[in-house]
Amino acid sequence: MESNLITENKQKNKLEKAFEILKTMASKPSGLIGLTIVLFHVVLALISPYIAPYDYKAISPNTMLLAPSAEHWFGTDSLGRDVFTRTILGGRTALTVTFFGSLIALLWGGLLGIFCGLVGGKIDDVVMRVVDAFLSIPWILAMLLIVSLLGTSTEVLIPALGFFYGKGIVRVARAATHDVIAKDFIISARARGHSNLSIIWNEIIPNVRDAILVEGAMRWSWMLLGFSSLSFLGFGVSPPTPDWGLMISNARGLMSFAYWSVIAPIVGLSSLIIGINLTADAFAKALGIDRSTKAPV
Amino acid sequence: MNEIIESVKNLSIGFSSQKGKQISILRNVSTNIKKGETVGIVGESGSGKSTLALAMMGYIKQGLFPLKGECLFKSEDLLKMSSRQLEKIRGRKIAMIPQNAGQALTPNLKIGYQIDEALRLHTDLKKTERDKKISELLNKVRLPSPETMAFRYPHELSGGQQQRVAVAMALAGKPDLLLLDEPTTGLDVTTQAHVLELLRFIAKDTGTSMIYVSHDLGAIAQVSDRIVVMYAGEIVLEGPARKILKEPIHPYTYGLLKSIPKLSLDGLPASMPGSQPQPGSINEGCSFYDRCNLATDHCKKNSPDLEHIKELDTKVRCFNHKELINKNNNLQTSITKKSNNSEAIEVLKLKDVSISYAKQKFFDQLLNKISDQNPTVKDINIDIKKGETIALVGESGSGKSTILKSIAGLLKTKDGQIKFENDRILSSDLKMRNPNDLRAIQLIFQNPDESLNPNHTVEQILSQPLKLYFNLSGEELKKNIIDLLKKVRLGKFYMSRYPRQLSGGEKQRVAVARAFAAKPDIILCDEVTSALDVSVQAAVLNLLQQLKEDLGTTYVFVSHDLAVVRAISDRVAVLYQGRLCEIGPSQNVYKFPSHPYTEVLLGAVLEPDPDIKPKLVAEDIVEEKPPEKGCSFQGRCPRKIGDICNSEVPPWQIGENGNAIRCHINIEELASLQQ
Repeated sequence: MESNLITENKQKNKLEKAFEILKTMASKPSGLIGLTIVLFHVVLALISPYIAPYDYKAISPNTMLLAPSAEHWFGTDSLGRDVFTRTILGGRTALTVTFFGSLIALLWGGLLGIFCGLVGGKIDDVVMRVVDAFLSIPWILAMLLIVSLLGTSTEVLIPALGFFYGKGIVRVARAATHDVIAKDFIISARARGHSNLSIIWNEIIPNVRDAILVEGAMRWSWMLLGFSSLSFLGFGVSPPTPDWGLMISNARGLMSFAYWSVIAPIVGLSSLIIGINLTADAFAKALGIDRSTKAPV
Repeated sequence: MNEIIESVKNLSIGFSSQKGKQISILRNVSTNIKKGETVGIVGESGSGKSTLALAMMGYIKQGLFPLKGECLFKSEDLLKMSSRQLEKIRGRKIAMIPQNAGQALTPNLKIGYQIDEALRLHTDLKKTERDKKISELLNKVRLPSPETMAFRYPHELSGGQQQRVAVAMALAGKPDLLLLDEPTTGLDVTTQAHVLELLRFIAKDTGTSMIYVSHDLGAIAQVSDRIVVMYAGEIVLEGPARKILKEPIHPYTYGLLKSIPKLSLDGLPASMPGSQPQPGSINEGCSFYDRCNLATDHCKKNSPDLEHIKELDTKVRCFNHKELINKNNNLQTSITKKSNNSEAIEVLKLKDVSISYAKQKFFDQLLNKISDQNPTVKDINIDIKKGETIALVGESGSGKSTILKSIAGLLKTKDGQIKFENDRILSSDLKMRNPNDLRAIQLIFQNPDESLNPNHTVEQILSQPLKLYFNLSGEELKKNIIDLLKKVRLGKFYMSRYPRQLSGGEKQRVAVARAFAAKPDIILCDEVTSALDVSVQAAVLNLLQQLKEDLGTTYVFVSHDLAVVRAISDRVAVLYQGRLCEIGPSQNVYKFPSHPYTEVLLGAVLEPDPDIKPKLVAEDIVEEKPPEKGCSFQGRCPRKIGDICNSEVPPWQIGENGNAIRCHINIEELASLQQ
């Protein structure tokens, strides 16, 4: 009976801890704004197919380049499609691709970084030089190469983006691991004869998790910008799928007289990036504060 | 002599908690510092001693603020001054010597320049006068060759020399009051004794008042005229040093003095139960109530005032202090006698062990040749018997921790063998050892803050070895964890706690429990008590001794503290620069004749007794590398006899007490020299 109480207590603590972090994040205006923006975009991405007033691919020569009105809130584009519909749908692909992309980046980058940090020596040297070499390649050129060879489907984009954005995480994870690796509790685990895998899982990950998560959140916003750049260049999502990068690219020539078709996707993209950035910052601060101000009970 | 230069009146300092409650760290502190007097402020970590000392120079740490009271320096309140006004006082009137001079000195500026800077700020001297003053100051703090010293960088100096430079800088402005915050805590025993001697000399020579803050009653006893004892943010006892140390009339000080291991006593000191209350958790009644054995119901409800006792010239905060007045003659007794249950079987043998930190050169690696002829640790031969506690003693750099790491398999040996049970050779590579050997040898580290994973609960920490070695899970695992906690006297509600929610002593108990979880034969203890408060240290030592008696474990105990070693160990090995100097039963190593290095170490031990002054024999220079030829102690030996010490490794001589000494001087001659 009592042992059950203890486990229950522990689980509650974990939930409480997550809630506490969220609360700390929301306690400052910047964190609150960031969280609200991200939440807004996620909810919008989920419900937009059901609330979109028009068909996103319905072309009509009669409604070409109409200014915003009660009927078309954000006006129409050069093919007569409703900009509001396309804008609220335009974040779906970008969000999905970059979310799973950064998850992949987090996983391989984090694990490889921790492994290198723990093992050290020659393996570490070789792996890190390879990572450095990859860091020196302009990612957009490499992405163009991959996309032109393998196509622009999400199955290609997610792992490719995940790979290119994970290199930075390798460095961060390795540095964070180096910080804890010299601590006595790791030496103690080694002396007891735990395997490397067990040391990584039990001793290192709980201590570097926060740093890697924060880095992953930052990468997410960069990846979003990168993905939109690809779309802008015509290597991301293929038309007629609504996408912010693509919409900006299509409408940029008409900017001087049909500004509405550019502004809506720009606002969508930049607000999401700012939102994620603010959230990541608040997340980092919440974790940092959480650690330092916890008075002994 | 009786002019008061600083007086603290009813000072309370505190912080606001997250819930907006005011929590005080210092509560109603009043004291006076007279001209030319050295006042020692002593207390455990968290007692508010540093906060008080810093407030005395008008500095309050970030996050804290004064709640009430004042700090009057020459009748001006420091806490109300602007930073401009304070600048004029700090350095010129009140100077401070920090704990770690190595970190307080700017690493890329020369010593002379840094002292010159202090002179420029705090005096009106001209350049040529200042230059003269610099060498004068360096001379005063007794640094060797002051002319060249000024042109050196901080890293070129030893820890003791750096501390001397800090003293010189503090003296530059000719302050009236000198504040010392644990100035010798990070230093080696011999260096510490030298620095304290210098401070005492300066106090007498310049007539400067000093406030000496420390947790170490031994150091305080050497320098102070008056002692202020702090507990949980209050002054609990204040009076002349001799009275406080010889006849403490507060139960906390009484218990504290009894819990300090002493060289003259063979056995473990009595421990004090419990730990200091956290700020904010002190309610009504006496703050020492929970740990006091004189406490009555009256103490629980009423908090005592600081009462002045005229005949003893002492102020005490206790209702029942009269009971202690007559009890003080037994300060030296009530010691748990240790029992030696070592058997004749040798469980671990170190045979000609050498350890080198030098990296093998590429060609030597190819030829499989060992290049380092002068390794950090050389020719260590120790046989460890089952059930005994053997201590490795020495200053920093003596290789004692290095040997421990090698036994644990964390560091490869260069030469020699480590033999375990029935002369089976243990591989020096951790990965080559079989799991049962790994289980049999466990480590306890110095600092429990570092040795416990901060993101694990106590339950997770203790389940690691149980899962690894015994494959336990579920209810059985839980039962074992509760048993372990019981063994180290912790309740089972500790299971869900994180290390940061525990006090230092509790953390170290968890670390001890983790080591015992493996049911080990040998436990390697690396300075296990040096990060703990004195009252907690005795409790941990007693716990280790009790567990050893119950379970028959063998301890290899590494420490720099000779008094602690004396209390716990059966045998002692003295190391200098990675070479053995002396080895023998502990009661004999502490008697003469002993190796000159042991003699130096013993002489430098600081006891909390104003009558026992340290004997300073060897210079406190540092040696970075062991000498290539001859005796390892040749560079500092006060009894060096000549060239033979530089050229030949001294032979082992066995004294009649059973201790082996490695010295060229004949053992009987050594005995008569040391009488």
